Amino acid sequence: MIRLPAPKPEVMARRPQILAGLAALVPADALITEELRLRPYETDGLAAYRQMPLAVVLPRTTEEVAAVLRFCHQQGVRVIPRGAGTSLSGGALPLADAVVVGLMRMNHILDINFEDRYAVVEAGVTNIGITQAVAGDGFFYAPDPSSQLACMIGGNVMMNSGGAHCLKYGVTANNLLGVKFVTIEGEIFEVGGTHLDGAGYDWLGLITGSEGQLGMVTEVTVRILRGPEGARAMLAAFSSIPIAGQAVDAIIGSGIIPVALEFMDRPCIHACEAFAHAGYPLDAEAMLIIEVEGSVAEQDALLARIRDICAQFSPISMKVAESAEQSLAIWKGRKGAFGAVGRISPDYLCMDGTIPTGELPFVLGRITQMSEQYGLGVANVFHAGDGNLHPLIMFDANDPASFAKAEAFGADILKLCVEVGGCLTGEHGVGVEKRDLMTVQFTADELDLQRAIKSAFDPAWLLNPAKVFPLEGNKVLDAA
Amino acid sequence: MIAPETEQGVAEAIRAAHDARQPLAIEGAGSKRGMLRPVRAAETLTTRALTGITLYKPAELVISARAGTPIAEIEAALAEKGQQIISEPPSPLGVGGATLGGIAATNLSGPRRIAWGSMRDHMLGIRAVKGDGEVFRSGGRVLKNVTGLDLCKLLSGSHGTLGVLTEITFKVLPAAEATGTLAVSVPDVAAGVRALSAGLGSPFGVSGAALLPGGLASLGLAGPVALLRIEDFAESVTYRKGRLREVLAPYGDVSLVEGAAARSLWRGVRDVTFLDAAPDEAVWRLSVAPSAAAAVCAALPGAKLMLDWGGGLIWVAGEASEAMHAAVVAATGPGSFTLFRAPDALRGAVAVMPAEPAPLAAISARVKALLDPAGILNPGRMGR
Repeated sequence: MIRLPAPKPEVMARRPQILAGLAALVPADALITEELRLRPYETDGLAAYRQMPLAVVLPRTTEEVAAVLRFCHQQGVRVIPRGAGTSLSGGALPLADAVVVGLMRMNHILDINFEDRYAVVEAGVTNIGITQAVAGDGFFYAPDPSSQLACMIGGNVMMNSGGAHCLKYGVTANNLLGVKFVTIEGEIFEVGGTHLDGAGYDWLGLITGSEGQLGMVTEVTVRILRGPEGARAMLAAFSSIPIAGQAVDAIIGSGIIPVALEFMDRPCIHACEAFAHAGYPLDAEAMLIIEVEGSVAEQDALLARIRDICAQFSPISMKVAESAEQSLAIWKGRKGAFGAVGRISPDYLCMDGTIPTGELPFVLGRITQMSEQYGLGVANVFHAGDGNLHPLIMFDANDPASFAKAEAFGADILKLCVEVGGCLTGEHGVGVEKRDLMTVQFTADELDLQRAIKSAFDPAWLLNPAKVFPLEGNKVLDAA
Repeated sequence: MIAPETEQGVAEAIRAAHDARQPLAIEGAGSKRGMLRPVRAAETLTTRALTGITLYKPAELVISARAGTPIAEIEAALAEKGQQIISEPPSPLGVGGATLGGIAATNLSGPRRIAWGSMRDHMLGIRAVKGDGEVFRSGGRVLKNVTGLDLCKLLSGSHGTLGVLTEITFKVLPAAEATGTLAVSVPDVAAGVRALSAGLGSPFGVSGAALLPGGLASLGLAGPVALLRIEDFAESVTYRKGRLREVLAPYGDVSLVEGAAARSLWRGVRDVTFLDAAPDEAVWRLSVAPSAAAAVCAALPGAKLMLDWGGGLIWVAGEASEAMHAAVVAATGPGSFTLFRAPDALRGAVAVMPAEPAPLAAISARVKALLDPAGILNPGRMGR
C-alpha cells in the first residue's frame, strides 16, 4: 500500500473554522461537509485507495475557484483538484486534511467558432460533451479516452489524456490552444488564447499533464477538427504475438498511419468475446483492430493495402467491415474490454506503461512469465501503434495478499517498461499509484528539478500533494 | 566561440561560465541570431559541433539526434526510409543551415503545422544542460508518455534561456506518396481566409493553407491567391483534389499546381521567401485567430504580408521603426507577436514579444532562476 502524509494536526483541529470560512466564499449548496455526501469523493478510478476529505467545494465560477484557493493558501489547507474522478492512477484521491475542489458544476460551453476551429468550454464539460456540441456541423474533439462519457476536459488537461486515436490526432497537449489558470494564491490568468504557438515560454505545455501540481484550470480552449467522411475497421488475427507485432511494423513501414491500431492478446480476446459476442477468433494468440478514414472508396483502397500486408503474416483470420454497423461490432469488444475483464475477475488493476514497439514480443513474453510466477491472470489490450500497454492484472480485492501481489506484479511490469526504453505511464498519469516508482525512471536530481518547478508555482506544496513525486527526498512536504 | 563536441563538453563550458558569472550567447548554426533581442554576452557557445543521429527506428516513427545536427542531414536520413519531419521546419526568410537544436529551441514550424502539429508537439524527449552545468533529461523515446512534468515543452521555444538542448528525440511520419495543390484567386484577404477556413473545415485533410496577398507571378496571378495542399496516397489525392475544388469554387477561380512548381511554391511559403522582405526592413511574425487576419492586414497599409496556417500565421515586413513596431503590436490585438528580424537598435529598444501577465511573470522568474541561477544563458534574448 502507498503511504500518504500525515494530516496536519493544526488543520484538523480548525476544521469548524475552515468550513465556516469556505461557507462564506461560495453558495451554501456548493459546500459539502456531511459524511454521507462526502463519501462519493473518497476515491476515484483507482478504487483500492480511499480517504475521506475535510470538505468538498463545487464552485460555479473561476472567481469562486480563486477565492477558495486563496483562502486555502492563507489557511495552509491542502487542495485536491477533481474533475469527474475517473483517474485510474489515484490523481483525485483526497487527503484527510484536504479540501476537494470539484469542477463538475463548471459545465458550460462558452463559445464555438467553426471558422477558426476552436471551442471555449468550462473545465467541467465532459470530453464527449465537446464533440456532441460540434458534431452537428461535422466537427469533433479528437482525444478520446475510454472514460470520455464521464471524464471532464479540465481533468484531461491535468492528466494530458490520450485515447485510441492519438496515433493520428495526438493527445490532449496537441489539441489545446489555451486555458484559464488559477494559482494556489488565487491569481487568475490566461495562458495561450485562440491562436497557435504564441511567443514566450510554453506554460501551456508545462501545465498540461501536470496532475494538479501547479494550479487549477477553469476554462479550456480546444481545437476542434472536421471529421473524416467516414471510418471503417478491420480485424486480423495471428498465431503468435511476435507475428502480430511484425504485421504492425509492416503496416506502419508501408506509409499507412491508421487512425487506430489496437492489439489484444488471447486472454483479452476471450474475455471480450464472452462479453460482447463480437465474433472474435478464439483460436488466435493476438488480434489487431485497424481503423482507417476517408470516403468509402478511400477506405476500400486503404483496407485492401492493409489486408495485403497482413496476408504476408499467415493470419488465422481477417475480417474487413463492410459497413459502419460491422465496424461498430468489431469495436464493441475492444471498447468493452475493461468491463469484460471485470466479469471474469472480481477486480483488476489497469497498468499503463509505454514501450518502444519493437520490444513488444519480448515484453509480452515477460509479462506472461510474471503472470505465472505471481499466480495472477493478466489480459493485454493496448494501442499498438504507439506502444502504450494496458495489462489488466486480475486479483481479488477481498484478499489483501492478492492485492499486494497484484501491486507488486504491476510494479514489475512498469519497471520492465522503463528497462526496455519506455516509461511508467503513457496516458493515465503517475498519481498516487506510480509515485514511488518515479525513481526507476528519473535520477534524484531530475526529480528535484521537477519538484523545484512545482515549488515555483506552489511553494507550500498545498496542491495535490503526495502525488507524482516520492515522499522520500521531499524537502517541503512533511512526510512524517 | 566555444564549440564542444560532446554533451560533457557543453556541461563543462556552462559550469565554468556559471562559476565565472560569464554570460553566454547560445546558438546552433546561428541562422536565427537576428531574432528577438540582441544577447548581452561577449562569448558564444554553439552546439554546431555536437552532431549525429543517435537512434533511428523507422518502424517506431522515432528519431534522436544531437542538437547540432543540421536539419538537412536529418531530413536526408528520413527520406531514405520514406519518412519526414512532421512540422516541416522552415528556413525563415531563406536563411538555411538550421540545426535540430535551433528549430526545437525556437519552435518554428512550417505549413504542415496547421494539420499535423508543431515541432514542439512531436518532441518526445530531450537531454539538456541547465545554467549551472547540470545535465537533465525529460520525456523519453516513446510516442506516449505522461510521466512527470513535461520539460520538453517548456524548453521548446525557450530560445536557449532555460537550458542548452544537447539531444532531442522526436516523432516522425511517413512522407506522403503524392501531393496536390489548389490555387484560388480571391478578391481580398478576408475572402482568402474564408476560402482557407472552408478547406480546413472540409473532411479532405488539407495539410497546407497559405495566402499570398500580392499574388503569384509564376502562375500569372496578380491579385491575392489562397493556396491549399493535400498530401496522401495517390488515389486519395486525386479524389480529394476534385472534392476540394467543389468546396473552393464559390471563393474564386481555382487552378491546380503540380509537380516541381507545387514543391517550389510550398518551399517559398515554408521559408517565407514570398514575403520578399528587403534587407533593411524589419520582419514580424504574428499568430492570431484566422478570422482576425483580415483586420490585422488592413491595419498595416503599405506593409508586405504573407499568411500561412489558414491565415493565423502572418508574416509582416516593413519599415524598421518604433512607430511601425507599435502599429504591428496594436494590430495583433489579443494574438501573439515576435519581432523576428530588425536592426539591433530597434530590437534592443522595444518589447519583442508580448509580456506575461504579472502573476505568471513572477512564476516565470522563479523557474528561470532555477534553470539558470546565474542568468548566463542568452541574457536579454527574450527581453530580460
